Amino acid sequence: METKEKTSNTFVDEICSIPGGEEIRLCIQCGTCTGSCPNADKMQYAPRQLIAMARAGMRDEVLSSNSMWYCASCYLCTVRCPRDIKPTDLMHVLECLAGRHGLSTKKNKTPAMYQTFSSLVYGTGGMPEMGLMLRYYLKTNPFKAMGMIPTAFAMIRHGRISLKARKLKPESQRQLKAILDKAKELGGS
Amino acid sequence: MKYYTYYPGCSCEDGTATAYGMSALAVAKALDIELHELEDWNCCGSSPYNAVDELGSLCLAARNLSLAEKKGLDVVTPCSSCYIMLDRVNHHLKESPKVRAKVNEALAAGGFEYKGTVKTRHMLDIFVNDVGYDAIKSKVKRNLSELKVAPYYGCQVVRPGPGFDHPENPQTMERLIESLGAKATPFPLKARCCGGSLVIPEEDVALELTYKLLENAVSNGAECIITVCPLCQVNLDIYQGKVNKKFKSNFKIPVLFFTQLMGLAFGIDNKTLGLEKCVVSPDKVLAKSSTAGKGG
Repeated sequence: METKEKTSNTFVDEICSIPGGEEIRLCIQCGTCTGSCPNADKMQYAPRQLIAMARAGMRDEVLSSNSMWYCASCYLCTVRCPRDIKPTDLMHVLECLAGRHGLSTKKNKTPAMYQTFSSLVYGTGGMPEMGLMLRYYLKTNPFKAMGMIPTAFAMIRHGRISLKARKLKPESQRQLKAILDKAKELGGS
Repeated sequence: MKYYTYYPGCSCEDGTATAYGMSALAVAKALDIELHELEDWNCCGSSPYNAVDELGSLCLAARNLSLAEKKGLDVVTPCSSCYIMLDRVNHHLKESPKVRAKVNEALAAGGFEYKGTVKTRHMLDIFVNDVGYDAIKSKVKRNLSELKVAPYYGCQVVRPGPGFDHPENPQTMERLIESLGAKATPFPLKARCCGGSLVIPEEDVALELTYKLLENAVSNGAECIITVCPLCQVNLDIYQGKVNKKFKSNFKIPVLFFTQLMGLAFGIDNKTLGLEKCVVSPDKVLAKSSTAGKGG
């Protein structure tokens, strides 16, 4: 039990050190978050349970679960939470930590999509949407892209696909990278 | 004349929602609003970036706001995701001196500083609250009285707030639709989630949520839906065919950006509003309002 408690404090402290995770200790386990979540039924552990597990120090179970990756950032739990703990932000914190500790689930493709998205933003300062789709499908499941062909045709027909990608001035791009590198370094200390 | 710093965001600039950007600019012009695009803005990072690096995601927004701070104007964006990503930086900086220090330490690496003074606004907010419903009504040239419109807010324009409307039962667009002379239909799920970007990695999850929204809009008598978010429009419009296939439904409901409906009411031509970019064509639904003639 001693080890468990020690782990518990470390994990909660780690969560609290990232913007958005600070209020996890205030949770009263009322379940309003789970009752409000449109995707709770898809999650291995629904939001209330996930918070209880995090506070019990179950770091690996929490961070390797698929739960937070089903959060669509609809913020319904956040506006309803009677303790103002911002469960949506907390989900983002758990996603960050899962990535940082190399525990992101492989069963769910969302971590790969978010990674692809973020590396494009980091690299270009913009979000070339077509580049995102292509890279994501190549990285995860090129065959899945087949099912997207009719959708892609409809998009081309209606001028919804743009191949040109907006780029920042080289100087701005350098500045942005320096900022993001520094942010990563400061991270959750 | 009203002045703002304009942040279009990637989707409206050169992504799937260029029609939103085009129609927003045309409507702003008609309402005597001057928008100055923020020079060399970067992507807001949206929800994916804050799932990878939370502090970095705050810094992406903070760089934009730091650029805007020099101009001294409110920043306005048509995209709900950009809006929330920009807006939450102000909340974080206000609430936590520690986060404020960290954000500015990172910004300094690129030669920036953000004091936290910029007001971030959604396009819908400035149209209805700065310009006002009466001024909007006075610009209406086309009779849309036969058109039944479902107002879809989605999530991030009203949540987490506090913002310009109620987080669960907003009313802004109902009043806007009435000001434009059209009919707003009841839409109980109007502020529920469409699944957002989960449509890429978890298509079935998003299609199910989108199905519920389409069903709810249509069963309450809507002939078209208006949205305030590029991604909501993608899910409801582009993925409507996939929803029909998966749920054996037969939806054929056009999904317009709210700025496109405003532009139509103001008599702005279809091309300027990018109406041909809707995958589900609005032509049939709009035909009856054009034959109904002006005025009325």
